[in-house]
Amino acid sequence: MGFPTLLARAVLDQSERRSHKSAERTTVDPTMLARWQFATTTVYHFLIVPLSIGLTALVAVMQTLAYRKRGTAAGEQWDRSARFWGRIMLILFALGVVTGIVQEFQFGMNWSQYSRFVGDIFGAPLAMEALIAFFIESTFLGLWIFGRDLLGPKLHCATIWMVAAGTTISAYFILAANSFMQHPVGLKYDAEQKRVELTSIWKVLTNSTQLVTFPHTILAAFMTASALLVSISAWHLRKDKDAADPAHKGVLKIGLGVLIVSAIGVSLVGHVQGQIMTDQQPMKMAAAEALWDTEKNADFSLFAYANLDEGHGNRGKNSFNVSIPSGLSILATNHPSGTVKGINDVATAEAKAHGGSPAAYIPVVWLAYWSFRLMIGLGVLAALLAIFLAIQWRRGKLTSSDKLLRVSVWTVTLPLLANSFGWLFTETARQPWLVYGWLTTKDGVSTNVGAGFVFTTLVLFTALYGVLGVICFRLVRHYAMLGPADTTPPEPGAAATDEPVMSLV
Amino acid sequence: MLQGFWFGVIAVLWAGFFLLEGFDFGVGMFLPFAGGEKEREQALRAIGPVWDGNEVWLLTAGGATFAAFPEWYASVFSGFYLAFALLLVGLIVRGIGIEYRGKARTAQGRWWCDAGVAVGSYLPALLLGVAFANFIRGVELDSNHVMTGSFFDLLTPYALLGGLTTLTLFGFHGSVFLRLRTEGPVQATAAGLAKKLAVPTFLLGGAFLGWSLAYRGGWVAELVGVVIVLALVAAIRALLLGRAGWSFAASGLVTVLVPVFVFACLWPNVLPANNGSQFSLTAHVASSSHYTLTVMTIVALIFTPIVLAYQAWSYWVFRARVGVAVDKPGAGLTDRVRKAASGVDQPAAPA
Repeated sequence: MGFPTLLARAVLDQSERRSHKSAERTTVDPTMLARWQFATTTVYHFLIVPLSIGLTALVAVMQTLAYRKRGTAAGEQWDRSARFWGRIMLILFALGVVTGIVQEFQFGMNWSQYSRFVGDIFGAPLAMEALIAFFIESTFLGLWIFGRDLLGPKLHCATIWMVAAGTTISAYFILAANSFMQHPVGLKYDAEQKRVELTSIWKVLTNSTQLVTFPHTILAAFMTASALLVSISAWHLRKDKDAADPAHKGVLKIGLGVLIVSAIGVSLVGHVQGQIMTDQQPMKMAAAEALWDTEKNADFSLFAYANLDEGHGNRGKNSFNVSIPSGLSILATNHPSGTVKGINDVATAEAKAHGGSPAAYIPVVWLAYWSFRLMIGLGVLAALLAIFLAIQWRRGKLTSSDKLLRVSVWTVTLPLLANSFGWLFTETARQPWLVYGWLTTKDGVSTNVGAGFVFTTLVLFTALYGVLGVICFRLVRHYAMLGPADTTPPEPGAAATDEPVMSLV
Repeated sequence: MLQGFWFGVIAVLWAGFFLLEGFDFGVGMFLPFAGGEKEREQALRAIGPVWDGNEVWLLTAGGATFAAFPEWYASVFSGFYLAFALLLVGLIVRGIGIEYRGKARTAQGRWWCDAGVAVGSYLPALLLGVAFANFIRGVELDSNHVMTGSFFDLLTPYALLGGLTTLTLFGFHGSVFLRLRTEGPVQATAAGLAKKLAVPTFLLGGAFLGWSLAYRGGWVAELVGVVIVLALVAAIRALLLGRAGWSFAASGLVTVLVPVFVFACLWPNVLPANNGSQFSLTAHVASSSHYTLTVMTIVALIFTPIVLAYQAWSYWVFRARVGVAVDKPGAGLTDRVRKAASGVDQPAAPA
């Protein structure tokens, strides 16, 4: 099932449930449209973001190698690589920048009640991100693109490291803001102002959720970017065989190495993250496992062909289900006999604490179950593929095997999809909460923005993003297929090319 | 106390944005009049290295408003919904146009990029003035500071005058910038356009300032208004005398002072109500807690000087005037460009 189809089903399920509850509602629900808009723009933005975070650092590494080995053939080779990958990075980066602005405005446009309620806390990391990270990124990227002939080679190399640092700092602040929504800390409720207020910025920035989310996301970004290195380098090695630019082998080596190391890192951090999540948001883990009833020695379900809805027991008891005995208990508690709370118990407890019926506290279970599995599954597949390719390379088979190289070209799709499913899981399985335990999603939406307006901008952004996505993809493909030799500037006096100098990379 | 400080900080961020992104918008608006593709490219190259950093002033203003005055941020962004959506569309097509122009493979592709830059410059330049005028005029607010009026309430003649004021001002500012920062035919075209825009800018600006003061504003706003008019006269006079540097400095002062004027009119409100002053959103009510403001003050005091230092340095690095477009990738803003500008013919690119 395609990703859009999954999203569509999630939305339909939700609205169906709502319409049963409130029969008097006849118009389209702006909350649902606002959620659609947030999901669309965020998933799209995050297809690009991991690539820009990872690629800036990887291009910085290439350029540093070029600088260190300057004057030698190896230095020339890394210089070609840095220029070639720098151009691909820039095409992606531009799309990341413009779609990022929408993210900052959207909180106020569609989610103004949310902004009023948590702005005292949530605004701070956003402002810090702009002041500390965005200025670094944008200014030094300009210096890097246009400063090649104006700055010394060492200083020019330093500017791309600054951009890489900027992207990572930016990720830290925005993930701290998201971690606050998953696990609110450092706050108090102000009854007079009817909002939550910050009591400790330090607690927000060192939230236990953040300390695992940040490395998990950054490592996933490096998985994604290094997988792109593998994909495009493999494409060239397959096309040109022995005549291929040796630069591709150098980049392929870095790509596979970084992919393996970061994939191992992602899974180790992910394990800790899962335990913290079980502790802080028990519903999310229960939904991820379609575990309706509390269990000891809970199994970890690998794959279930079953009706995961309520009334069918844990993972639809009587259906086809492949699982690791006690796997979930080990995952969640480190003990095979550990107890994992089920959806029904958690929902009852939440209803008792916050009022309402238990059913209101249950997210879309099949979506949580499958997005969690696809995130892990695709990530593990990427890691196994990288290890397999590395072994084949050591055995001298990779670069000469047409079949292996053809498979390698597809590497990047795995982490890209895993990222999307990861966000889909962590955001939808927190529902109905927008800020866990404090504010529900339907209470966060703007009260003065009608469904018609949200629908208009949803269509507008989707159409615009669609067109830009096609353009970006075609540009990346074009320049990726050109290869490094076409990136190096011609000698002075050589024939002019059709390429203008707007971006001098 | 801290509320006043942060009100000032946000005014400064808008001032920086108007000063810097003001000429970026102006350069984008110049493109349809530039002449040909090579001229458009040269004009864009004058802002190529710095436009993105300039835009961050807006993002920081937005972020700072969110952090320091969440009620203000929430009321404005949800209340001016369609205006912000159009602003976003403008900023998106402009950014993509600038960045993808050099990557486009055909003349047609570059034409579309230029069109994106132009549309993405006219639209924000107009919308920002409409929004600022509505701040001064006041909007319909309920007791929860939620804007209740319709979209068309925002399109009054006064608001449209505000929009035309920023539109012509940015056009003027950008042309003066190009007059200073480029050489060759672009410089001449820009100087001509700036002269043509001088009178409309002056008339529209003067009318807007006067009409605004009729709505609200004390002696501070009046004083700022007078300085704006004087600076605009100085900018026009320096332009006519051929003093590009002084002209840009003066038009820079105008762009800096326009947000200052708007903020001076607003204080102590951040969003005045036009349906009864008891509904007006004041800086005091809109603001974050004392703790949050303190934290943000410390962060701002540490990082703002650093940002200003490296942004100023980047302008210093790119201080050389931009000559006519050369046809070689990899050519920087170096001697080669100067040579090209001084008349050494470069081979024309195949179309």
